[in-house]
Amino acid sequence: MTTDVLHDCVLGQSHGQQVLFVPKDRYIATLRKLIDDSYTMCVDLTAVDFLTHPGRTLPEAIAPERFEIVVNLLSMRDRTRMRLRTQVGEADASIDSAFDLYPGTEAMEREVFDMFGITFNGHPDLTRILMPEDWDGHPLRKDYSQGRIPVQFKGSAS
Amino acid sequence: MGVVRNVMDDGLGGLEHNFLTGRIEDVVKWSRSRSSWGATFGLACCAIEMMATGTAHYDLARFGMEVFRASPRQADIMIVAGRVSQKMAPVLRQVYDQMMEPKWVISMGVCASSGGMFNNYAIVQGVDQIVPVDVYAPGCPPTPETLIHAIETLHQLIEDGEIMSRRKATGAGANVHIQEIAAGTFTPVVLGKR
Amino acid sequence: MSDLLSTVVSAGTFEGNQELRSRSELTAKEVMREVGAVLRMSEADVALLAEVEADPGEDQTMIINMGPQHPSTHGVLRLMLELKGETVLRCKPIIGYLHTGMEKTGESLTFMQGGTNVTRMDYASPLNNELVFSMATEKLLGIDGDIPERAVWMRMLLSEMNRMSSHLLFMASNGMDIGAVSMMLYGWREREEVLRFFQKVTGLRMNHNFIRPGGVAADLPAGWRDDVLEILEMLGPRLEEYDTLMTGQPIWRERLQGVGVITRDEAIALGATGPILRSTGLAWDLRRDMPYLHYNKVEFDVIVGSYGDAFDRYAIRLAEIRESMRIVRQILDKMPGGDYRIQNKKVTPPPRARIDESMEALIHHFKIFTEGFKVPEGEVYVAIESPRGEIGCYIASDGSATPYRMHVRAPSFVNVQALPHMMRGGLVADAVAVISSVDPVLGEVDR
Repeated sequence: MTTDVLHDCVLGQSHGQQVLFVPKDRYIATLRKLIDDSYTMCVDLTAVDFLTHPGRTLPEAIAPERFEIVVNLLSMRDRTRMRLRTQVGEADASIDSAFDLYPGTEAMEREVFDMFGITFNGHPDLTRILMPEDWDGHPLRKDYSQGRIPVQFKGSAS
Repeated sequence: MGVVRNVMDDGLGGLEHNFLTGRIEDVVKWSRSRSSWGATFGLACCAIEMMATGTAHYDLARFGMEVFRASPRQADIMIVAGRVSQKMAPVLRQVYDQMMEPKWVISMGVCASSGGMFNNYAIVQGVDQIVPVDVYAPGCPPTPETLIHAIETLHQLIEDGEIMSRRKATGAGANVHIQEIAAGTFTPVVLGKR
Repeated sequence: MSDLLSTVVSAGTFEGNQELRSRSELTAKEVMREVGAVLRMSEADVALLAEVEADPGEDQTMIINMGPQHPSTHGVLRLMLELKGETVLRCKPIIGYLHTGMEKTGESLTFMQGGTNVTRMDYASPLNNELVFSMATEKLLGIDGDIPERAVWMRMLLSEMNRMSSHLLFMASNGMDIGAVSMMLYGWREREEVLRFFQKVTGLRMNHNFIRPGGVAADLPAGWRDDVLEILEMLGPRLEEYDTLMTGQPIWRERLQGVGVITRDEAIALGATGPILRSTGLAWDLRRDMPYLHYNKVEFDVIVGSYGDAFDRYAIRLAEIRESMRIVRQILDKMPGGDYRIQNKKVTPPPRARIDESMEALIHHFKIFTEGFKVPEGEVYVAIESPRGEIGCYIASDGSATPYRMHVRAPSFVNVQALPHMMRGGLVADAVAVISSVDPVLGEVDR
């Protein structure tokens, strides 16, 4: 992957799309700088659990961790998108909340918490959003089973 | 049978053939089947097809079901249209409990009947785990013709009266499985056979 | 699991955790969020807000619960409202009643099967979901530049027809929610015509699984041009009827003008896209600003409102039906001949007749449908303009035949966050009108 540097972070390319690899400690600061660069809309904030695929392709300077937070930003002025990827370790599965910068991430961060168990520091209401309140476990983690029940097809009527 | 051409002249003679007699039970079953009101329980894609069945092209009103009462206390048939998630399951049971007897359940679509294509942690694998089901309508989503077939099958069962006695005996639903009908076909459907 | 994580998780599992709580229990930040103050308020303003309502003597606010089962036709959305008399002070949408685990299911389905899963998210415009998933898969495969012309134009045709049917569904349900019940019947009547066309082309009325990676599943049937022309001929005068019935009508205007107002900055900060963003005056439409398929080769206007209220959103969608009709007319002229699917053996199954003749065709067919084709490692995000806003698909692949992570950025999920902002200060009687004007589809909100 040919890389560049933007705001002190590694900038890569993925199928013609810009991807910025931001370390966790400079996450909010970089988001602030990107807002000044006219990336005013946060389109999507999600996460990926790389438990069963640790050997993914990353730029050399980035150390892979179990979780990755993926943020998609949109600049309407320049008509471009920017994707941020931040590595979050399993031991300290938390990151700062982007709610103050992008209030639209409120529900998205709750979904990531619900599905992956990553906490967001400074989020006003970090509760489960899709699963019932007393649900145990985080469904989109790779060590959480899909929950299939065995199905037996008896002779179909035809 | 005499015919009364003019009541003033002929008097009340021959009037007896202008009465219909029958058993109250039959009249009750007839009226229950012809004017059952559905409870709105549209959840997902099947709800869109249920609404399509209720509107002008397929018209549930001719079967007496155009009124979908929001309050379960006023409803007879609960058509569970769509996938039931774990969070929704207690709500479903609560609405079912609030309905007054006699009440029936049609499970519309494969997600409601058996979990459908979503065999995972989030979807209840068939609403018959929560409520007793009388008719299962397959399809993803069932075409409006299939839903009408399901409703009419249920109406026929109500009119025949078997369904009430079974429910009283076992508490279970009628468990009728019907065939899916492709959209736009006009083959006549024979009722009264399962 | 670290201590930090376990305390948060255990703290968050009490009954009623997701619901609206009384003001005394909340921090200023939480109140601010539920009141719907998005642009940063100063500390003084927040304190003022918290103070005004925390008067213990006056117990005039009432918390009520709407849903998840209620007659407004938008599915299983639950709203908790705090009312002072008839005025809505705070609103909290509670979702998750239709959570289907589609993203988890998507990880176990091949890329060919993924369409069946994704199409059931936004069930009012299923072809758009399939389109964005197919486009993301094609980008990962590297074949997004090689899709045959006919396939691209067919995708555009189906996408625009789907936009029309979705907006007609909006008109019908919006009408019914406001009280114009006959609009419900008219909207569905029109929609049936479009669904009948879809059935002729794709085989199903809904949830088609027709747009697949590499193109579309089958060619257009003979006589499709006449069918489309018939629909366009019929729809034109009927839209005029709806204008007469609703747009100019005083009752309709009273019900919708000034209701559910959102400002441009709020919409951008919240990530709201689609008719909500356009109703605030910002002309942002992905079809024109970041074109995909061949939208840069057709002429259409982007409809913009000025007040950001529910009436603007209604008028925008009505006008968008007309714009879609315009686009479809141009597609009718421009539809080329050719393949409807890319002729890449790894992605496209062979025609059924060939399976009897060629062993290789049989093996390809078998591999594609059982194991699935392998997609190179990588990650990509593709977004298109669905009737509700920007729908995006983020796929991370690890080189196998199933997506490693499939995430769909659903427009309704983000638009529902705008509800508190629109309802604050309004009357509870307008709550249904506001929800209806946002036009959420709960399948994609909960996935």
